[in-house]
Amino acid sequence: MSLACNTVAILAVCAGAFFFLAGTVGLLRFPDALSRLHALTKADNLGLGLVVLGLLFQAAGPPAALKLVAVWLLALLTGATVTQLIARTARPGEPPQ
Amino acid sequence: MAGFVAYGLLLALVWVRLAAPDVALTEAALGSGLTGGLLVGASTRLRRSEPSPAREAASATLRRAAAGLCVLVSAGLAAIVVLFAEPAPTLAPQAVASLAATGLGNPVTAVLMAYRAIDTLLEVVVLLLALIGIWSLAPDRLWGGLPGRLHRADPNRMLTFVAQLLVPIGILIGLHIFWVGSVAPGGEFQGATVLAAMGILAMMAGLVRTPPISRQWLRLLLIAGPAVFVTVGLAGFAIAAGFLAYPPQYAKLLIVVIEVPLTLSIAAMLALMVAGASEWILQR
Repeated sequence: MSLACNTVAILAVCAGAFFFLAGTVGLLRFPDALSRLHALTKADNLGLGLVVLGLLFQAAGPPAALKLVAVWLLALLTGATVTQLIARTARPGEPPQ
Repeated sequence: MAGFVAYGLLLALVWVRLAAPDVALTEAALGSGLTGGLLVGASTRLRRSEPSPAREAASATLRRAAAGLCVLVSAGLAAIVVLFAEPAPTLAPQAVASLAATGLGNPVTAVLMAYRAIDTLLEVVVLLLALIGIWSLAPDRLWGGLPGRLHRADPNRMLTFVAQLLVPIGILIGLHIFWVGSVAPGGEFQGATVLAAMGILAMMAGLVRTPPISRQWLRLLLIAGPAVFVTVGLAGFAIAAGFLAYPPQYAKLLIVVIEVPLTLSIAAMLALMVAGASEWILQR
């Protein structure tokens, strides 16, 4: 049981780290602000989500697990908002908020 | 600037790895988040008022001097690491040994609020002085006006929606960080930063009008923390060994009495620092 938990945790965290790596490469390599944001959101949402999923299997108990999920949900909420705000400012012809 | 914020967050990770979560929290909240916000605000204001300076290339002499300085600093650091005293000098055992007398469970909070309370008091006074300095940047006719830009609430805006959703959660988290400071990593500065961030968010979304800095209640809120701190400190002469000394049986109670107004004052100071000097005056 613990072996299965550890395996799933390692796989999920590694997958999350891969998304972070891909997001960072995109942030550095993509040509304009909108594409860079597109790359970043993958790291923020999916990468962090997978890392949290992996850590859930190692959490000390339900309160710790709930805290981890809360961190992910808060990051989703603020990340999506900030991305939208930056994108509206960066996009030509769009009235800035 | 983005580099500064990222550097601060990486530094926070280093502190976590060094088993210093208190320092990590402070670095992430104050060093990276709030200072980063202040820098962004300052740079946008400078960009508005000044033409961007032409980038000048550093001369060969300057480059050589910079390289020499880098080598010197690196060599100094290396020497310190190599010649480190073994075992490292530490006051940690004494700090933990006297922990019971303060009624606190977190040695870092004990250092900040009991053993070295005067440092904390001076930090708060420095913050207050910084805020007065920012306020005095306003022209005379705007003195006592509304700080920062005017933000109007628009119910259809995304920022308004997020502020309505996030601010209550954030206030809860800020109070939690403040309260667990007595037994776990956390404390008044970190909690106050989260509270200040929520205040800034509510002001930016236009949910809350930034109060004019001439308001009496605002001034009282700002000095409440330092005033209570100094009062309890002076009372130490009468009820304990001296300035900022606590009688052992009431130590925890007195620390809480100081910390509650201190947290509110620091939160107000930080939020008003980000809001900046007054730029508008209320028309009556």
